[in-house]
Amino acid sequence: MLKRLMILAALLLPSTVWAEERFITVASTTSTDQSGLFGHLLPLFQRDSGISVRVVAVGTGQAIKLGERGDADALLVHDRAGEDKFVAEGFGLDRRDVMYNDFVLIGPSGDPAVVKGLASVGEAFKRIAAAKAAFASRGDDSGTHRGELRMWKAAGVDVKAAGAGWYRELGSGMGPTLNTAAGMNAYVLADRGTWASFKNRQSLAIVVEGDKTLFNPYGSILVNPARHSGIKAADAQAWHHWLTGPKGQAAIAGFKIDGEQLFFPDAR
Amino acid sequence: MKPEIDSILPLELDGIGFGIEGRTLLGGIGLRLESGSRTIVLGPNGAGKSLLLRICHGLLRPTEGTLRWGGAGQPLAEQVIRRRQAMVFQRPVLLRRSALANIRYVLGLIGLARARHRAVAMEALDRFGLAELADRPARVLSGGEQQRLALARAWVVEPDVLFLDEPTSALDPAATLAVEMAIHEFHAAGAKIVMTTHDLGQARRLADEVVFLSRGRLVEVSPAARFFKAPASPQGRAFLAGELVC
Amino acid sequence: MKMLDLSAACSTAIALVIGLDPQMLDIVRLSLLVSGSAVLLAALIGLPLGAMLALAEFPGRGVLVVTINACMGLPPVVVGLAVYLLLSRAGPMGRFGLLFTPSAMVVAQTVLVLPIVAALSRQVVADLWEEYGEQLRSLGAPRPVVMATLLWDGRFSLLTAVLAGFGRACAEVGAVMIVGGNISGVTRTMTTAIALETSKGDLPLALGLGIILIGLVTVVNAAVFLVGQAARRRMG
Repeated sequence: MLKRLMILAALLLPSTVWAEERFITVASTTSTDQSGLFGHLLPLFQRDSGISVRVVAVGTGQAIKLGERGDADALLVHDRAGEDKFVAEGFGLDRRDVMYNDFVLIGPSGDPAVVKGLASVGEAFKRIAAAKAAFASRGDDSGTHRGELRMWKAAGVDVKAAGAGWYRELGSGMGPTLNTAAGMNAYVLADRGTWASFKNRQSLAIVVEGDKTLFNPYGSILVNPARHSGIKAADAQAWHHWLTGPKGQAAIAGFKIDGEQLFFPDAR
Repeated sequence: MKPEIDSILPLELDGIGFGIEGRTLLGGIGLRLESGSRTIVLGPNGAGKSLLLRICHGLLRPTEGTLRWGGAGQPLAEQVIRRRQAMVFQRPVLLRRSALANIRYVLGLIGLARARHRAVAMEALDRFGLAELADRPARVLSGGEQQRLALARAWVVEPDVLFLDEPTSALDPAATLAVEMAIHEFHAAGAKIVMTTHDLGQARRLADEVVFLSRGRLVEVSPAARFFKAPASPQGRAFLAGELVC
Repeated sequence: MKMLDLSAACSTAIALVIGLDPQMLDIVRLSLLVSGSAVLLAALIGLPLGAMLALAEFPGRGVLVVTINACMGLPPVVVGLAVYLLLSRAGPMGRFGLLFTPSAMVVAQTVLVLPIVAALSRQVVADLWEEYGEQLRSLGAPRPVVMATLLWDGRFSLLTAVLAGFGRACAEVGAVMIVGGNISGVTRTMTTAIALETSKGDLPLALGLGIILIGLVTVVNAAVFLVGQAARRRMG
């Protein structure tokens, strides 16, 4: 057995890229990764710079944690308050606007809380709470989760007091949360990018969109190389500048799913 | 291979006893085993025959008494004692490799130069009629062949004393005969034989001396001729008469 | 799961296999490489460790045996987290830059597999010692030789222990997800790809990948079984 395994390892080893290649690690969110945006951007950046980008896609909260521990060289996340705190505490440098997309409120076709077509997400949240209609929350400290909590607060609903009844914290990424919401016919707040590329919709559909409070801006932040050794500051800066520069911005605008543009560049 | 001394024998047992959890299985054994002769240990089931063999061979530590190799002279080193005796069990334990490799394994243990392994091992296999089977996996040999291989493995050790614990009780008559002939070979080469058996005919054929045990006690030590003609002890007489002795 | 999804999954799996999708081949190769290396390392450490635990007597041995047996059920996520903290740039081994590399995944899976190999081989060697003990002591085999002998003679049973470890390594997602980061083309394995496709809601693709994974593990097991069976028949 040992011999066989060794032969196997020997056969596989040379063909696997363990050679030194020039790369940086970017901690980002599932919403950007799963929508396919990175698949679109990274080859373009690599062609321009020769640097490959390894994306670790997690929730915004976890991405910021990775940055704090120096396990990423740059972040691309969406939680303005968290981003500013990250920079203020000295973990990050040079936060820049990159792009925005928007959140959409998704609901079952039966629409038990009767919110379909409302212009205000605050009104929709109030009705969902009043009807005690099932609502699936990420509950994972991600950018989307943090945004959702802000919206509940603005709507004057205390979801902490809702108990384990209609408001269900799943503690999962966007995709798993959508899967679960589809399974239990719940309302759910999602980013448009993930929703657009999500395949297991069952009876779910967009019920509220276009409200200004659903605006979802993304920021790029460099991880402060002074905090940890080994941060690839120069290459990370190249990425940071490319992403917020004309080439990166044009690439973002050029990313479409089924002809629909999902992210809107807004770097100054 | 043979160092300074001629033999690790005699083996002297003085007040040897063995018990587990307060139960005495063997007690008060005083016995002197001389070199050269063939000693057969007889006794009914549960008399403690196998136990006595294992204590002599050093597989079990007696809970009472002392065991002394080499007579009255300088006490022998543990290493020497271990290397110059061998044991053949009722069911041979052979390694999952070829017959030849089983012998070579022992040659490695006793530190014979690697270059000589093959020749010595083949000679031993040939001696016990196993040369043809040298490359066969030991575990697929017949019961008789396996026991002969166990004997060949003991042979290369060139033991001063060979212990055998009912070596033929699981074998058919032909295989039994082969084992008895092997025992003659060992004896002819100067090895002391200490063997237990249930087969009285076999005991008559092989024994120079009989050690008779009953219920964990040493009842009688007699020359074989005398024992089979007229045992000194009533238990011995009853045993030979085929009566149940408990 | 609806019948439609299942048949969609099967046809997706078949299409992936027939198409020899290069991206999928990379993922399969990385999975086998990572899990294979982890099992190899775990075997190199675990087999002697198991044999030692079966044969040696020392104070605290019982505690150690129970601990290792309990560690067979280590949650992969916990192992992943521990290894992450170790390899993080802020951690004690951060300067080696191993986080989010296949090496990190090998480390995490080795930790997961080691208790399985050690615990099962301890059992195998202990059982063999029951059978061989008297004979080996009669031959005067020293402890290291006894260990080597029992490991070699138990090789067919030990193969099963190693396979059990391989199965666990191939199947786990929690540890490699955390320490590998599921980076496309670098640390994406079968299981993290399945998790990803599930979260994208592409259930047929996720299930299709799952079918391929099961198929691969089955092939490896079948190959080892056949080789072992033939050898066992030959060696008795």
